[in-house]
Amino acid sequence: MSILVYIEQFDGKAAPVSWEVLGKARTLVDQLGGKLAAVVIGAGVEGVAKEAVSYGADVVHLVEDPSLAAFRIDPYAAVVEDLVKTHSPKIVLFPATARSRDLSAVVACDLDAGLAADCSDLSLVDGGLAAVRPVFSGNLLTTVRFNGPLAVASVRARSFPTPEANPGRAGEIVKSGPVAPTTGIREEIKSFEATATGEVSLTDAKIIVSGGRGVAKDPELGFKLIKELTDTLGGAMGASRAAVDAGYIAYKHQVGQTGKVVRPDLYIAAGISGAIQHLAGMGNAKIIVAINKDAEAPIFSVANYGVVGDLYEVVPALNAEFKKRLG
Amino acid sequence: MNFVVCVKQTPDTAELPKISAAEAVSGDIKATLVLNPWDEFAVEEGLLLEDRFGGDVTVVTVGPEKATEALKDAIARGVKSAILLDDPAFAGSDAWGTAAILAAAIKKNGPADVILTGKMSVDGNSGLVAPGLARKLGATLLTQVTKIVDISGGKITVERMLEEGRETITVSLPAVVSVSKEINEPRYPSFMGIRKAAKAAIPVWKLGDLGLSAGAVGTGAAKANWTDVRKPPARSSQVVMVKEATVDATAAKLADLLMAEKVI
Ligand SMILES: Cc1cc2nc3c(=O)[nH]c(=O)nc-3n(C[C@H](O)[C@H](O)[C@H](O)COP(=O)(O)OP(=O)(O)OC[C@H]3O[C@@H](n4cnc5c(N)ncnc54)[C@H](O)[C@@H]3O)c2cc1C
Ligand SMILES: Cc1cc2nc3c(=O)[nH]c(=O)nc-3n(C[C@H](O)[C@H](O)[C@H](O)COP(=O)(O)OP(=O)(O)OC[C@H]3O[C@@H](n4cnc5c(N)ncnc54)[C@H](O)[C@@H]3O)c2cc1C
Repeated sequence: MSILVYIEQFDGKAAPVSWEVLGKARTLVDQLGGKLAAVVIGAGVEGVAKEAVSYGADVVHLVEDPSLAAFRIDPYAAVVEDLVKTHSPKIVLFPATARSRDLSAVVACDLDAGLAADCSDLSLVDGGLAAVRPVFSGNLLTTVRFNGPLAVASVRARSFPTPEANPGRAGEIVKSGPVAPTTGIREEIKSFEATATGEVSLTDAKIIVSGGRGVAKDPELGFKLIKELTDTLGGAMGASRAAVDAGYIAYKHQVGQTGKVVRPDLYIAAGISGAIQHLAGMGNAKIIVAINKDAEAPIFSVANYGVVGDLYEVVPALNAEFKKRLG
Repeated sequence: MNFVVCVKQTPDTAELPKISAAEAVSGDIKATLVLNPWDEFAVEEGLLLEDRFGGDVTVVTVGPEKATEALKDAIARGVKSAILLDDPAFAGSDAWGTAAILAAAIKKNGPADVILTGKMSVDGNSGLVAPGLARKLGATLLTQVTKIVDISGGKITVERMLEEGRETITVSLPAVVSVSKEINEPRYPSFMGIRKAAKAAIPVWKLGDLGLSAGAVGTGAAKANWTDVRKPPARSSQVVMVKEATVDATAAKLADLLMAEKVI
């Protein structure tokens, strides 16, 4: 294998960014030669392995065991490290989700390989990986190059398009079991409380509607209107830190340097001034719309479209218009 | 119980946009330098753990002499002991090099039970130091931690916020814990604390003190190299202001424009 891609799954469902990474890896392998391998770890996750074939993997290592049902670092890292040692890929790629980020770091550190985290682009230069990542909170970019035989990178969601799935595609599924002992694992998961059921995650969202301190007059109504527009557009709801700190909305919605970094096709900012720390989180959106009652607000200088007005009027009016158009 | 908090000195986030690629490459950054904002939460949690479980908190940083200011900030918030890890051989370390330096210092300082870090630095942005440190120390790793539930019987139980929800997990000590901002409300440096910090004598440990070889850290050991540091392309767009006679007409126009952009 020349490239190995770690496919993240939770409860038997792949994280969508896994396929984006796999799709990009396919184009890299086509230049590099060799085989594109994927690894799927869990219990009862053969469906995910088959999906990996349909998205472009030549070989999928399907590693299943009841002890691997939930993600734990030590046993998962042992599996990936064993594959790398056995098959010597040049590049190993991970989605930059919370769990996979940890896994990528542990694997790369154990194997003494360089790691570029949170990459936004990948290419090959002289047959080696060149990984572009934002640094200084998005104010600078660097291209990371690697010393040594192995390069590891984690890739942010929505950096690459989701490839077209081809259910008829041929590929090999190689089944195996755990590598490390299945008892005496140092990590014991006591409970898990799902909090995001049915919600579109901010990092995977194509459309985000965010609210800021501009809702201060009536935060409950403000975020209700924002939520209605979000739902009409099938997007995810975001917020500025000021709105989170004021207790208008939960932290998990925060976009920005100390919140989530997002890359939607459309970002609608309502009642957000456009502080530099907020821009660090959404500056890479394809289209930015700003709704603000202050024509001088800095958000307008990064926006593609702007409306100067009261969000309590503009947001519901926009919602009504989209309802008409989207049926 | 021994707690160590790892902190980094980073540019003030409001001044990040002013930092040029050349400044970043040379490392000679003109911006105001502060305690990495995420590390305020780690320092606070160290102080809270000291209150809850007893023991000592030590704050450490890998950085040049001026990084002492970040340690003093932590002292001003109530931390009693600090160590600066500074040697020309440390310059240019990648995350694994930084982790190796921290791991050696933590071992030398005496066995630590819980090592706290921030979620990430606002300059390097990698979030790799905590996992690197855990591996170098043979410790368990807990990231995205929003609550430390308990420490007892050689184990630590925490809550972590992951994409799909909240996980409660117990791992063996020692553990490297990288904290999320939901974990606490950092206190401010106190007046008394600032006075104490001004007078504090902070030991400096060098390569030799840590028993590290020069080849194991610094530029030469780095497996990942930053090349072509540059400003990202500016957003080329000129804002189109949408304004019609009524709010409804404005909304209709905007909706049409966005449909035409094919982003909906
Ligand atoms: C270390 C650090 C990290 C940070 N991290 C983040 C981060 O991750 N994310 C983040 O967002 N911020 C972050 N910040 C905070 C950031 O600096 C700003 O304070 C914050 O983004 C401001 O939020 P805001 O735009 O909602 O509020 P404000 O700046 O107060 O802006 C409110 C806007 O609403 C407009 N408005 C008011 N009423 C209405 C109305 N009725 N209709 C329409 N518009 C209206 C106003 O004109 C104004 O422009 C960070 C700051 C620091 C120091
Ligand atoms: C000018 C410049 C050039 C660089 N060039 C390279 C390069 O060529 N190759 C490369 O791989 N990296 C390079 N880096 C990144 C540098 O190696 C990392 O900044 C460093 O390894 C720490 O990683 P981080 O900043 O991403 O910290 P993160 O892992 O994001 O920080 C997480 C937490 O770890 C702790 N921590 C981080 N750093 C320290 C520290 N120094 N002391 C104590 N605790 C700490 C803090 O608690 C922090 O909140 C460069 C950085 C700069 C500023």
